Amino acid sequence: MSDYRVLPGPEHFLPPAAASMGIRLPNPGEAHINGVITSEENAYEEAARQFLMAKVPTIFPGPLVLWAWNEKAAKKATAIRHLFNTLKECVQPGQKPMLIPMPDYRPKYPKINPEVEINPNHPNLTIWHNKIDCCIFVGVHCHQANLSLKIIRGGTSCYTIAMCAQAGHEDAMLSIRDTSVEKIMRLADTIKRLKGTVQPRQASA
Amino acid sequence: MSKERIQISEALYDIMPSDYQDLVKSATYGKEDRGWKDIGTSKELIEQHSLCAGCPESMAFRYILASLPNPEDTVMVGSTGCTSLVFPMVAVHNIHSLFGNQNAIASGLKRALSVRFPGRVKDVVVLAGDGATVDIGLDMTLQAWFRQEKFTTICFDNELYANTGGQESGLMQKGFVAKMAPVGKLFDKVRLPEIARESGCHYVVNCTVSKPSLVEKVIRNAVHIAREIGPTYLQLYTPCILEIGKNSMEGLQEMRDSEKPTERFAYKEYISEPAKQLLTELAAKDKERKAAAKQLAAQAQAN
Repeated sequence: MSDYRVLPGPEHFLPPAAASMGIRLPNPGEAHINGVITSEENAYEEAARQFLMAKVPTIFPGPLVLWAWNEKAAKKATAIRHLFNTLKECVQPGQKPMLIPMPDYRPKYPKINPEVEINPNHPNLTIWHNKIDCCIFVGVHCHQANLSLKIIRGGTSCYTIAMCAQAGHEDAMLSIRDTSVEKIMRLADTIKRLKGTVQPRQASA
Repeated sequence: MSKERIQISEALYDIMPSDYQDLVKSATYGKEDRGWKDIGTSKELIEQHSLCAGCPESMAFRYILASLPNPEDTVMVGSTGCTSLVFPMVAVHNIHSLFGNQNAIASGLKRALSVRFPGRVKDVVVLAGDGATVDIGLDMTLQAWFRQEKFTTICFDNELYANTGGQESGLMQKGFVAKMAPVGKLFDKVRLPEIARESGCHYVVNCTVSKPSLVEKVIRNAVHIAREIGPTYLQLYTPCILEIGKNSMEGLQEMRDSEKPTERFAYKEYISEPAKQLLTELAAKDKERKAAAKQLAAQAQAN
């Protein structure tokens, strides 16, 4: 097993792909935290703790859920809205949960508005601008998620969580695989359960 | 993605940036009579872009995107050059190819789309500069025409390599001195429209983009003919105002000056016989449709 750990950065300009450092993806029913395979239950707890500790916990929904291209996508969008509403109810004063969309993957130049969107080709603009210290990717196609997660790990200290509809993301600090509506709701329930048991971090990102 | 699928999830609608909301609400996807006159009254398929102020290429982009007959089922193929700065801001599927191989990419794409979506109209439009079309990519351009690939090739002819500082290109006019071509061009401008005709293109036009209605007409013709019959080619003059020493406001006049009857961008059009027949049929259908719509409107008014 690899000694490499997928930790919050800034790692350096070109962080290695976690896969190239020997980090493997979880099997069905498993998840990973910092590159170490663990149970899904542990991952939900840790994700909820990280969200409740963060000063600016942020959900980044991607095109797979922002666009209602099928019924399942629309249902996932509703679950994500529920997750965000739960988060807002559970945080303490001073914490600022955000819901920022990643509508598509065009490398939008000359600029994006980091207050209203995130672009996978320069995600750090949105992370830095909003001082985001914990984020979750959901509904982002795998190749763009990996690109973005690596850039964030390279240039920020943001804790990244990836809820993937496929096999998970080794480049996130925590990843849950086979994401469904039920799994998103389960994360919301875990956040609700842990409300008040976790103290928010003092320092900002 | 077809038009029916361009819908935002209701639960997350409020967080979508306004340009995406506008695209869904008021862009002209699926509109039968879309054209340049929609500019200003509906959401354009081009957001802010990074071309120079007053660049005629940006005008051309706006007219072309407003005139594509089927934007929701069109894939554009671009190449290296000023156009590649714009494509990221375009709300039509597009592929950036390597410098010069845009027509090879489009050939494969068009064939793959017809296999993957056999019952559906899928248009492919190549849009590249003169360097990509005539110099670096001439092989791919011509081979696609020889093979009668069913897509449209548009060349934005600015008569030099504008993006890299003004080097000589095949479409530069004889004797022209540019920043990176100080001796002046020794040879004639390549006569690509004539070559296109001889290579099997069914519709060839050489013009400027000074008249939006003309751009709309040639784009619609080119796409319809390519869809049904075979390759089509448009050579549009989009002068680089920086490289020819003009100011931002002088692009339009430069095009008007260059399209006079004796000038190199005087309107030239070639239509093959099968293409002529198709255009006649399309015009008749269009007339019929308009008459029916007029009759319906009159009936509605009477009731």
